[in-house]
Amino acid sequence: MSSPTTGTSTATTSGSPSFWRMCWLIASKDLRVERRSRVVTNQVLPFAGVTMVIFAFALDKETVLEQVAPGLIWLATMFSLLVLVQRAFGIEADDGALDALRVAGVDARAIFVGKALALSAQLLLLEAVLLVLAIVLYRQTVPAGGVVLLVTTLLTATCGLAAVGTLYGGLAAGIKGRETLLPLLTLPAVAPVLIGATRAVEAALGTVGAVVSDGWPWVGLLVVFAVAFGVGGALAFGPLVDE
Amino acid sequence: MTTDALPTQPVVALREVVAVLGDFPALAGADLEVARGEIVLLRGPNGAGKTTLLRLCAGLVPITRGTAHVVGHDLATERDAVRRRVGLLGHQNGLYRDLSVAENIRFWGSTVGATEAELAAAMQRLGVDGRIRDVAVGTLSAGQRRRTALACLVARRAELWLLDEPHAGLDAAARDELDHTLRQAAAAGATVIVASHELERAGSLATRWVDVVAGQTREAGS
Repeated sequence: MSSPTTGTSTATTSGSPSFWRMCWLIASKDLRVERRSRVVTNQVLPFAGVTMVIFAFALDKETVLEQVAPGLIWLATMFSLLVLVQRAFGIEADDGALDALRVAGVDARAIFVGKALALSAQLLLLEAVLLVLAIVLYRQTVPAGGVVLLVTTLLTATCGLAAVGTLYGGLAAGIKGRETLLPLLTLPAVAPVLIGATRAVEAALGTVGAVVSDGWPWVGLLVVFAVAFGVGGALAFGPLVDE
Repeated sequence: MTTDALPTQPVVALREVVAVLGDFPALAGADLEVARGEIVLLRGPNGAGKTTLLRLCAGLVPITRGTAHVVGHDLATERDAVRRRVGLLGHQNGLYRDLSVAENIRFWGSTVGATEAELAAAMQRLGVDGRIRDVAVGTLSAGQRRRTALACLVARRAELWLLDEPHAGLDAAARDELDHTLRQAAAAGATVIVASHELERAGSLATRWVDVVAGQTREAGS
């Protein structure tokens, strides 16, 4: 048996991981980095909370706040998304890890899916906190009949946001001035999610007389968006990062 | 032919390779042949094409013209197969600063399905299995980070090590450790290509020297 240094041993080695195993490795690595650095809990969540409070100061009228609360939740989510994406690719760019992943021959689609999964987990936590803040600060209530719509909206919108964030985060990662480029690329692209998710959450919460059935067509839009950016992003990620 | 490099085949075989980056011909007809177990020093002035040559061998720079076979695969058509078997260590280490030494090595090893025994052997070989194994990489010295990065290459089963200025930022003791590690790796069958300005140190390490000038290569001795 040869030395482990050369990597030519066959007796003690196993094969490369499957696609989904690689996705899981990337996602769990990202989540472990976040758990260690505590950027989400110490910076992103407070940032999102402050944004919600600032909105309350700016609008300063309970009736208005109650009416626009769903939109404010998603605006705060999108601003926080930018911070999360910068961070997700900052850890790859800091010490050349993204290049190392490419040299290691890791499937670019697995990098995309893994990073999008980790981003989704963080976004879901963020959205849950923002929803609670909206209930406390903006006097929102969640009727029992709207829970399924609300949860479905959160899941589908999160998938779409994570896909767009990962795609443009990867694109901007190797570019000078990525801090300013990322919002310019991302915010217009996620506008359909902002609109669809806001309308769907309005229906789930019964804001300004909306009913639950009004929300499902918007969920359809969110699903189409998530699938389009999920599939398109996975296919385009490799060439974009390589270029 | 897509089979892996046999022991008698060169690990790197470049013929008249041209690589144009934007409008700039970073490599203008480079030839290079490296046998298994060699430590080759690339030397030359800034901008001569040393880093491009290393990145090309790692599959990060596309070939404009010429032919290139690395670890038995054609770089033009089998880039992913090449990438899985080479390790590039540039000015950066490719590590996650918030993760510990052991977690970094485990992650990179897991990309090729390395076993626990292989991970432990990699850590032991590079001397990062002691008290620093559970320390966050961001808190380590430059030399310790370099050793951790090399352990990741071992865990990844890299057969061809491409090192760009590996001695930069290291103190004398860390440089000696690095040289010792590279000699051990070559003795065990790994192939090492080093680009360096530190000719005295890297020159004593190398078994062969190659000059890179204006994107072309020239044998300079052994």
